[in-house]
Amino acid sequence: MPADIGHPSISLDLLHDFSELVAYHFMVNALLAGSIVAVMAGVIGWLMVLRRESFAGHTLSLMAFPGASGATLIGIAPAWGYFGFCALAALGIGRLAGVGRSRHVQASAGIGTVQAAGLAAGFLFVSLYSGVLGGLENLLFGTFLGISDSQVLVLAVVAAVSLALVAVAARPLLFASVDPEAAAAQGVPSAALSTGFLLLLGLAVAATSQITGALLVFALLVAPPAAAQALTMRPAASLLLSVGLALTVVWLGLGIAYFSIYPVGFFITTVAFAIYLLAALVGRLRR
Amino acid sequence: MFTHEFMRNALLAGSVIALACGLAGYVAVLRGQVFAGDALSHVAFTGALAAAAAGIDTRIGLFIATIAVGTVIGTLGRRAAADDVVIGNVFAWVLGIGLLFLAIFSTSTSGGSGIEAARTLFGSIFGLSAFDARLAATIGLGCVVAMLSIARPLLFASLDPDVAAAQGVPTRLLGIAFASLLGVVAAEAVQAVGALLLLGLLATPAAAARLMTRRPFAGLALAGGLAVVAVWGGLATSYEVSSLPPSSAIIAVAVAIYTTALAGSWVRGRATLRPCARAVRWRR
Repeated sequence: MPADIGHPSISLDLLHDFSELVAYHFMVNALLAGSIVAVMAGVIGWLMVLRRESFAGHTLSLMAFPGASGATLIGIAPAWGYFGFCALAALGIGRLAGVGRSRHVQASAGIGTVQAAGLAAGFLFVSLYSGVLGGLENLLFGTFLGISDSQVLVLAVVAAVSLALVAVAARPLLFASVDPEAAAAQGVPSAALSTGFLLLLGLAVAATSQITGALLVFALLVAPPAAAQALTMRPAASLLLSVGLALTVVWLGLGIAYFSIYPVGFFITTVAFAIYLLAALVGRLRR
Repeated sequence: MFTHEFMRNALLAGSVIALACGLAGYVAVLRGQVFAGDALSHVAFTGALAAAAAGIDTRIGLFIATIAVGTVIGTLGRRAAADDVVIGNVFAWVLGIGLLFLAIFSTSTSGGSGIEAARTLFGSIFGLSAFDARLAATIGLGCVVAMLSIARPLLFASLDPDVAAAQGVPTRLLGIAFASLLGVVAAEAVQAVGALLLLGLLATPAAAARLMTRRPFAGLALAGGLAVVAVWGGLATSYEVSSLPPSSAIIAVAVAIYTTALAGSWVRGRATLRPCARAVRWRR
């Protein structure tokens, strides 16, 4: 927390606490950006979990690191680096996933290679730039604070575009995710859809990681959707639940972090994990 | 190049670590546990920072964390390969805890926390002392010996678990032993290339070896060999080009090897595919 905000204290009077929470512009922006991110992660992460592409999602989320450091090195806006590297990695993963006879085994090894290559490049950029190392933590773990109005706007546009794309492709995408063979037999272009989805995931991740940092996007992408899918398998209900849980995670995480000296990332991942654990327990008990 | 002590230390530790990584990585790829390796790399970060925050040797935290999580993944057994969601959730949270330790560590010490975090995340193979290098090499050698001694039943159990179990191979025990061993190897690799780049030594040489040969023992040997080549190539390159950090150079060589193998398999695939495709067309 910056020093000029004094010592925020929690009074357990919800109204008072809330008014203190939104008293500062940076906090309002953080809540706005966090909410947009949560909705996007709730929807796209839900599809990622359904498609069992967590490893790919994690790899894409790490590509924010070379993206940001590369852009800083050559002196362009970091956003270009984020989107560029994520798109590149998405195409790479989509390409490698189809190589070799034993597809599954080879795919995961290929994804691992993409990840290592990207991170090695990122580390190279950081050491070449040598000035950014102080910001390494921010790059990796993000800062919810100090989000500008224009960043919120860009985020909203990206979210709107990606959600619109999901809505357009929802039916075939869902079909191809649940039953790839049947979908392929019915003439659904599952290979194209698969690459398309990876690109979409890359877009969402690139937008999200500018706020949460490269290492923690993944928590938002995987935990709320996994919890929602453990609770119900009806697509529409599960999807809505996933978005709701993601919003809860972000609001609770930001709220607690505001009144504490410890980093936002820790609270967000902990709330997310607690929700996932509870959902998994409830899901198991009901079965 | 060999006159510098730091270079000799790096080569000693790096070669043994690479060999262990190549061998363990090959089996991890066969078993579909690359994502588990990815999880271990993040756990390693938290373990090292927890030790740093507590003020003890980071290696202690590193080994405890990776071996513990490795054993848990091993106990989950074949479910672990399928249940990537569980792994993903757990390590996302573990990473959050790592962040907390980083914050505690940076409030308890003045500065240096960023450097410690960077060291853990990206390794510092040129910073190894003679003692560090010898210790890492000894543990790495132990891993290699352990891997080789269980290689035969392990490969059998990984390639065809059902038949292996029917033949009386203790597949479950082997799975747990291997996953714990993977934990040790991960902690070793963190000292060389860092937590974030671990997969480059674990998965990349193995993936290349898998593309080159289908025979398991040849593949195992090839993966170990390629990993060692990657480390040697990377260290030499980084020594010549001083702005290039050693971890990045090592991974770059490994990725170059993988790309070559990929191109080779693509060319071979086309060569063997063409007659087949023609035959299919002809039968239609």
